[in-house]
Amino acid sequence: MIGLSDYLIVAACLFLLGVIGLFLNRKNVITILMCIELILLAVNINFVAFSHYLQDISGQIFVFFVLTVAASEVAVGLAILVAFYRTRRSIDVEDINSLQG
Amino acid sequence: MLEAGFFYLFAAMSVIGGMGVVLARNTMHSVMFLIFCFFNTAGLFFLLDAEFLGIILILIYVGAVMVLFMFVIMMLEVNKAKLKEGFLQYLPVGGVIALILLIELIAASSSGVFNTETIAAVGHFGKDVNNTVEIGKVLYTQYLLGFEIAAIILLVALVGAIVLTLRTRKDAKYQNISKQVNVRKEDRLRKVRM
Repeated sequence: MIGLSDYLIVAACLFLLGVIGLFLNRKNVITILMCIELILLAVNINFVAFSHYLQDISGQIFVFFVLTVAASEVAVGLAILVAFYRTRRSIDVEDINSLQG
Repeated sequence: MLEAGFFYLFAAMSVIGGMGVVLARNTMHSVMFLIFCFFNTAGLFFLLDAEFLGIILILIYVGAVMVLFMFVIMMLEVNKAKLKEGFLQYLPVGGVIALILLIELIAASSSGVFNTETIAAVGHFGKDVNNTVEIGKVLYTQYLLGFEIAAIILLVALVGAIVLTLRTRKDAKYQNISKQVNVRKEDRLRKVRM
């Protein structure tokens, strides 16, 4: 029988893959955004698993809100990326340093 | 038994998809792996009786967000070889931190707090329970304020994305509507004595 801890371990693996991706891909902003998506997905799996095993629908409502925030974050992040690409012709993380002073 | 098989299938495939996102050399392949991961996670949601969220995940994430990613990747031409230069530079730091976190999380998950003795194994809902209806009943009553805040967040993101990417061109010939409406007969019509 599949228990709650099995789902939590899957979510932990996905979360860790997102964190590793954030560390490894220091060049590409798009990959960083995708890793953030992966982290949020892991959180959503936790929410839904707890919602199912505790028989409380509130967890699914919070997944709904997390999806909303993630979607708007991606929209604004990609818009910033496009605006940045227009001025610098590059999306390297190391080129984004004009706010360092 | 069948359910356990599907759980292991979906879980393994979603973890493989996540590994592909991190390790793929081509950014477009990363997007494809992330879509694969989303599909399998939607399968996990179906196994957990959350049909509405599974469908939302496929429709909104695969259908809208990932297509947005693809659109941006295809729009920006990026030097692939240059992007992967420092790939292994941060592997020791990231690997150690990730390994410690993984051990902690798995230890916490399987420590016995969440096992089947303390939280009883629950069966699935019957055919008469509609997940979408249940979510709607709670979302539009108890969480109405949060729902409206979410709507405002989406509106702000929409306006913000438009403002960030809007570029007014100097050479475009725009109509000036108020000037057109305010024009009078004397401005356009000229009597010429023949």
